[in-house]
Amino acid sequence: MNFWLLLLIKVGLVLGVMLPGALVIIFGELKISAHMQSRIGPYFAGGRFGWAQPLADGLKFMQKEDLVPADADDRVYKLAPYVVLMGTLALFVVLPFGPETVARDLDLGIFYVLAVSSLSTLGVLMAGWSSANKYSLIGGLRAAAQLIAYELPLVLAVIGVAIMAGSLSLNDIVTAQANWQWFDTLPTWVNIIPPYMILQAVGLVIFLTASLAELSRIPFDMPIAESELTMGYLTEYSGLRFTMFFLGEYAGMVAMAAVAATLFLGGYWLPFVSDDVLNFVGPVVLLTKVMLIAFVFIWLRWTFPRLREDQLQTIAWKWLIPAGLANIVLTGFFKVVF
Amino acid sequence: MSDWISHPENIVFVILAVVMVGAGFRSVTSRNVVHAVLFLVVALAGSAALFLLLGAEFVAWTVVLVYIGAVIVLFLFGIMITRAPLGMETQLSHSNQTKIGAAIVAGALFALISVAALQGFGDTEFVASPTRTDDLGLSIFQRFVIPFEVVSVVLLAALIGGIVLARRDPESTEELPAPQPTGVATTPSTNIAATAGRSAEGGDT
Repeated sequence: MNFWLLLLIKVGLVLGVMLPGALVIIFGELKISAHMQSRIGPYFAGGRFGWAQPLADGLKFMQKEDLVPADADDRVYKLAPYVVLMGTLALFVVLPFGPETVARDLDLGIFYVLAVSSLSTLGVLMAGWSSANKYSLIGGLRAAAQLIAYELPLVLAVIGVAIMAGSLSLNDIVTAQANWQWFDTLPTWVNIIPPYMILQAVGLVIFLTASLAELSRIPFDMPIAESELTMGYLTEYSGLRFTMFFLGEYAGMVAMAAVAATLFLGGYWLPFVSDDVLNFVGPVVLLTKVMLIAFVFIWLRWTFPRLREDQLQTIAWKWLIPAGLANIVLTGFFKVVF
Repeated sequence: MSDWISHPENIVFVILAVVMVGAGFRSVTSRNVVHAVLFLVVALAGSAALFLLLGAEFVAWTVVLVYIGAVIVLFLFGIMITRAPLGMETQLSHSNQTKIGAAIVAGALFALISVAALQGFGDTEFVASPTRTDDLGLSIFQRFVIPFEVVSVVLLAALIGGIVLARRDPESTEELPAPQPTGVATTPSTNIAATAGRSAEGGDT
């Protein structure tokens, strides 16, 4: 098929998965948080259950005037949301939705994921600086300090999986999990457990914690802490550009949850199902796992209070990074021994 | 010439080269420090794209991860934590002497690298095929394992040196004069605090 046509289809599909996914998670957040606080949440928009609330919110945001502060650095200010969103969107290139349903199965898969997701930090700093607002600047600084600190545990958590699977390609990692055999003495139904969820449990916990911090969600939302920084680096943004940041946050949740699902929960893989079927069922399986992880993210958000800046740095440097290093050593040891 | 232009890679290369040279030029001439750093990002992204063009995927994404994701972010962090002026910087000293000196050094470096590259490779035909990551890993950890370990020890030494420089032991603080003037900061941590205070007084917004 024509290269450009195929490219167009792939870009369309990624947007088609990412945007509805983000909207579903926004709706989930509205409803789940409401029920956790004995409220009903959105109720009227769209007829039943208030399902159209995220759409209505999005349309409302888009109609607002796109304000640029008089003192702001015009070009940098306008470019920042795109840089943030680019880091998130580029991540979908290597995500496998099925044995053959992947935009581009890079040999370096997971390394590419880590590289492009670090671009968002740059956009956040640009937004914080160019707004010409002290709150924004402090928010941007806090975000940068946090993202740098939590990128290390994220990388360390991934290395354990890469050692076990013997590959960096996300598709190979899924295949390695599908081909995993538990001990022969155990009954066959044990094979429905995603192997890395058990064997890399430490890595999974580190990865989920670090990705919460990378997404700047409560309890790691020091960069936008409303009670002290108004809205951090987002303070001056309005209209379409604010929508892009907002959508970027939830698209980031989809992306990080999808990476976590692929690495630790077996991605598109379903036990006892052949590859031919998986090509069709795979996307549904992956999205189900994504939604499960997103539920955990939302659950944590409405359970824990915000961390102080020193607690946040302590968790990263004194707990997650040593745990990640120990996990790598143990994984390497068992890989060599068995 | 027409033969040269018929390869699509060459056209991509020319576009990348023009963008990179332009961004590099703007990053040294820009009157705003943050803009200079952002132009440097464009230049670095261009170099990553050049590596991709040569099939060196791993190096390309390492440039993105290490330089754009970490080094540039630390640059911006450092600029913003001390003083982050919006608009044109007036205190930058662009005397003719430094400009000429910088131009000479840059030109000499360019000449040196291009001569070395031309001497080394000449007209050798280059086949751009993607390097497989496992091949790269095997050659690093088998053939080049000793240089690799030496480099890691050097990096470790730099890390420890950085900690030693930045660290302030509890007993050494007592030796410092108690009423410490903000201008005469001795350690990096007080230095940052002092400059941050100055920028707050100056009111840069």
